Amino acid sequence: MHIAVCIKYIPDPEAAFSQFSIDEQAKKVVPAPGLRHVVSPFDEQAIEAALRVREQHAGARITVITLGNEASRNALKHGLAMGADDGVLLMDPAFDDGDGYTTTLALSAAIRKLATVDLVLTGRQAADGDAGIVGAGIGEELNLPVLTFAKAVVMEGAAASVVRVERVLDDGTEIVEADLPALVTVSNELGAPRAPSLRETMRAARKPMVVWKAADLELDVATLGAAGARTARERIFVPSKAVQCEFIEAATPEEQGARLAARLREAKVL
Amino acid sequence: MSVLIAIELTGEKPSNASLELLALARTLANGNPVVALSLGADVGLTETLIARGADKVVLGARETFTDINSDVWATCATDAARKHGATLVLAPHTPFGADIAPRLAFRLNAACATGCVSIDRQDGALLCTRAAHGGNVREVLRMKARVTVATLRAGVYDALPADTTRKGEGIILTEPPPSRIRVLERKRDAAEGVRLEDAKVIVAGGRGLGGAEGFKVLEPLAHALGGVVGASRVPCDLNWCSHAMQIGLTGKTVTPELYIAVGISGASHHLAGCGNAKTIIAINTDKDAAIFREARFGVTGDFAKVVPALTAAIRALPKDL
Ligand SMILES: Cc1cc2nc3c(=O)[nH]c(=O)nc-3n(C[C@H](O)[C@H](O)[C@H](O)COP(=O)(O)OP(=O)(O)OC[C@H]3O[C@@H](n4cnc5c(N)ncnc54)[C@H](O)[C@@H]3O)c2cc1C
Ligand SMILES: Nc1ncnc2c1ncn2[C@@H]1O[C@H](COP(=O)(O)O)[C@@H](O)[C@H]1O
Repeated sequence: MHIAVCIKYIPDPEAAFSQFSIDEQAKKVVPAPGLRHVVSPFDEQAIEAALRVREQHAGARITVITLGNEASRNALKHGLAMGADDGVLLMDPAFDDGDGYTTTLALSAAIRKLATVDLVLTGRQAADGDAGIVGAGIGEELNLPVLTFAKAVVMEGAAASVVRVERVLDDGTEIVEADLPALVTVSNELGAPRAPSLRETMRAARKPMVVWKAADLELDVATLGAAGARTARERIFVPSKAVQCEFIEAATPEEQGARLAARLREAKVL
Repeated sequence: MSVLIAIELTGEKPSNASLELLALARTLANGNPVVALSLGADVGLTETLIARGADKVVLGARETFTDINSDVWATCATDAARKHGATLVLAPHTPFGADIAPRLAFRLNAACATGCVSIDRQDGALLCTRAAHGGNVREVLRMKARVTVATLRAGVYDALPADTTRKGEGIILTEPPPSRIRVLERKRDAAEGVRLEDAKVIVAGGRGLGGAEGFKVLEPLAHALGGVVGASRVPCDLNWCSHAMQIGLTGKTVTPELYIAVGISGASHHLAGCGNAKTIIAINTDKDAAIFREARFGVTGDFAKVVPALTAAIRALPKDL
């Protein structure tokens, strides 16, 4: 069993937005220098899902893949320290300023090059762009059945030839399955990812990590990066809000509650 | 441009978010057909959808489409988009729409934008405005492919009133396509009362409630206001309440008249799902909590004391005439 997990290295999505600024010229969100970067949370949970599958099926190999820059090696290192077996970094100026479409092409080509992948795991969405396109996109590019928003991922069948997923819906969950190879996107309901242990962190330094460029993936650069993107950012801005909060003051919290009710009636909210 | 809409059902009826898409489609179609696709529906829905703005309704009847899943949806929507020459495909930004939209985009060689808050046309191109970075920024994307697939958040456009004089065409699908996935079981939460998406009043609880018991304090307040209880992500992740109660970026998008946030700090990820409420009230022990920057009325105090008093006082208010 070979599992590929696609992980993106992003600025801490829970950092206060005062830690970011907007470059209107470049139409980009710029993190403050030194702001902590992390593996996007749902992607970290996708690694966790892979590790749980391996606990069920000893011998499964887990490859973490990221498309990014030199710093994104840290994402792979984190995945290896959590317990993944090897890492692939897709790095090439040709990938720059792409969109979900071009990212999908590159990641799909990398998975194809790995040749032996049975299960692809991604996050439900990357926590910087919040798009949720690339996971399902890889499924389409590789012509795999796609199971989204997984809260649990297990293997079924004697030869583990089927993946069974509990999916999060609007009003509950459903249990679905598909024959391997398949693609699954993971949601936060999967639960907290494990922290790297000291032992795995030490071992991680010796695990293989390769770097592939566009040429290694036999991709036409015209389909990549800004040239291949199907969307172009026209503008980026911070939405303005003009609410002034009226605080309800009183001697005790009970009186505050009562006074709020009266004030809401007065203001015709109730 | 011809527009295809994936209609999501809630129970037997099209969801409000789906009806809002019909209204948006009418403004973008410029006289070209608006095609609605509904699977697993009662055939009577054709008339409803035409009255709400569709010109053609492609329908997979409940009797033939007995086992619908996301794979079936993706195939039917791709076929319908091709057959009716749709250059814009819309779905609500719910687990249903967010699941199928990217797949349609790849199958149709389309550009894709998810979680949009508006779509406009400018010099013949579509501009999709969407929230990114946890709801902190808006980006405007110019769609560069011939076909666009987009999901929209609820509550941005007003659905059209039903016009039973509108004429349209109904097309019944004869056979569901083959599927590569199998649904083994559905565990639906017991549907009690109003859905969060349709509620006029929502009382939402966060980590500040301290545990599942905290939600017991919110229920009487919601009840007194004729509303329902929702939550931020933290209590859902901690199993204090059902994940179906989650409001926010990856939870539900709600647009009530009144939103009372109790013990919720006001993270952008949460506000992404409730920021469009008409009036927000916050109850929080921390006077500097971000939620107060969104709220029209605020109480700094312990919810365990404030909420019961508020509930009692609301019950004691003279009834509106
Ligand atoms: C990619 C991503 C997606 C996310 N999606 C969502 C989402 O869809 N929905 C969502 O909600 N979150 C989401 N989050 C999480 C979000 O960033 C916040 O962590 C979360 O909303 C915080 O929940 P909270 O306000 O309940 O908890 P906290 O931030 O811990 O706030 C608790 C508040 O309770 C107050 N409090 C404490 N005790 C009391 C008391 N006795 N009485 C009154 N007030 C009290 C505190 O002052 C504090 O302000 C997402 C995060 C990421 C990274
Ligand atoms: N640059 C990237 N490198 C690796 N994986 C990625 C990258 N971008 C997106 N993904 C994967 O695709 C998922 C969805 O991303 P997105 O469509 O950008 O929201 C993420 O959760 C990741 O698993």
